[in-house]
Amino acid sequence: MLEIRWHSRAGQGAVTGAKGLADVVSTTGKHVQAFAFYGSAKRGAAMTAYNRVADKIIMNHEKYMEPDFVFVIDPALVYTSDVTINAKEETVYIITTHMNTQELIASQPKLEGKKVYTVDCIKIAQETIGRPIPNTPMLGAFMKISKMYDIEFFKESMVRILGKLPQKIIDANMIAIQRAYDEVK
Amino acid sequence: MAFDKMELRDIEVWDGNFAAAQALRQCQIDVVAAYPITPSTPIVEGYAKFLADGYVEGEFVMVESEHAAMSGCIGAAAAGGRVATATSSQGFALMVETLYQASGMRLPIVLNVVNRALAAPLNVNGDHSDMYLGRDSGWIQLDAYCPQDAYDLNFIAFKVSEDHDVRLPCMVHQDGFMTSHTAQGVHTLADDVAYSFIGDFKPMNDMLDFEHPVTHGVQTEEDWHFEHKARQHNDLMTKVMPKIQAAFDEFEKLSGRKYNIVESYNMDDADVCVVCMGTSVETAREVAQEMREKGIKAGVVGLRVIRPFPFFEIAEALKGVKAVAALDRSSPNGAPGMLFNEIAGCLYNTQERALLSGYVYGLGGRDLTKAHLVSLYKELQANVDAGKVLTPLQQFIGVRGPKLAFL
Repeated sequence: MLEIRWHSRAGQGAVTGAKGLADVVSTTGKHVQAFAFYGSAKRGAAMTAYNRVADKIIMNHEKYMEPDFVFVIDPALVYTSDVTINAKEETVYIITTHMNTQELIASQPKLEGKKVYTVDCIKIAQETIGRPIPNTPMLGAFMKISKMYDIEFFKESMVRILGKLPQKIIDANMIAIQRAYDEVK
Repeated sequence: MAFDKMELRDIEVWDGNFAAAQALRQCQIDVVAAYPITPSTPIVEGYAKFLADGYVEGEFVMVESEHAAMSGCIGAAAAGGRVATATSSQGFALMVETLYQASGMRLPIVLNVVNRALAAPLNVNGDHSDMYLGRDSGWIQLDAYCPQDAYDLNFIAFKVSEDHDVRLPCMVHQDGFMTSHTAQGVHTLADDVAYSFIGDFKPMNDMLDFEHPVTHGVQTEEDWHFEHKARQHNDLMTKVMPKIQAAFDEFEKLSGRKYNIVESYNMDDADVCVVCMGTSVETAREVAQEMREKGIKAGVVGLRVIRPFPFFEIAEALKGVKAVAALDRSSPNGAPGMLFNEIAGCLYNTQERALLSGYVYGLGGRDLTKAHLVSLYKELQANVDAGKVLTPLQQFIGVRGPKLAFL
């Protein structure tokens, strides 16, 4: 079982990102679950989304999770919410920030001693898609760190999932995914 | 069929809401009258989009409340159409008056109820308060544990509800957010296969049949009211279960997916078991399996059909088990929980009555964790070892503050 927790703000695309990832993974024969907590949250409110991936059918519906990966797609959430809650020793963090990993850890001591990777998904999204929607770049970074799938396979799958969007937006997302894949450190 | 078909992959990653919306598309509903409410909104939104995009031939009626939504459904069903809608929580509560009209008028309407807490305090998350509110309304109630079930049970609902020997409306329940907004793999049916399972709608006593005028919703008073209600109850008690079983059997032949009136997991040799509904059934299954590795013979019984209540099927499922926990996800507000009472009723006249205890859990979407279920199974095993219930008969799981226990 692979478990992922997303930290996001409502409107930044964490739910879409989690569902998109689940869709890609499902095509490879694995079982998936993607869900979120937002209650009646407003745009901009902190929220979390979740992925489970397993070889067997997933029957666990508890919301509690000790994640293998934590994705933070809004830079301020590292300070305003506890992104390390219920984490394990080996949990891997991929965090959106304009800082490098050392600067980030220095600014948030809770991340000290943890496996932290950084990438500026907000900047990448702004420069490629033209809007600060950091979900697809985060998945590009995840492909690099987790080595889950070959990046070309992943991008092809995402083209299908984003299928209903205008071609220009799909192309921009592909560039964003590739940039995050290349830039995550 | 004069509408566009949709190519689906064998497995689509859908949440429970979208799965239900797709089932409504494939069933080609004639009329959906709906008023949106979280977390059920995407079901009727989905139907409306399919309709606008030419995938369904039907009518979407926008109304000013859930009371009007069900009233519109009743009118359309009485006129002679295949009718469905969806709601949750406060919307369901507002519909209650019309629910009794729908069932009393013997109209085969399918209502997707995405289970959510009832205010006050206001809460949009999943519990079974609305589902419990509907249980005396004369409807058939089916319960989904995951998005796959939410998809499949819609077909079963139309099949049973529209049967001319039944003609009773049917609710398909799914847990708010935990199923409705959780995306999982759903094995799909091709449009033609899905539609042919339920077939063309065959009206009965429809008001648009001008050759055979009928009256719906009459006043009867003391002379006939009781006979009508007794007949409705009789049909729920005697006719519905065999039709549900037949629909499950036929659906299994079609899809390979087997549903049962009562779902039993690891019950053959179980010493301890929990009885519950919704997503909790699946989480409990996973925990029961793990308990066996720890030496506790744990099982799970899930209700697939809530109304009519599977009285004998539950007694049968619980045969031989030594301790049973009834898990109610709705505040009984001054009584034992519904499942506790119903199960006590099933077991009371049987030879081997298991030790029975009740638990209230998960109100307002409060998480039922695997850790909760592990302690619950251990508590039941302790009851078995002692030969009696060691705890009060009603406890609360996962509530903060001093431990609550009654009875």
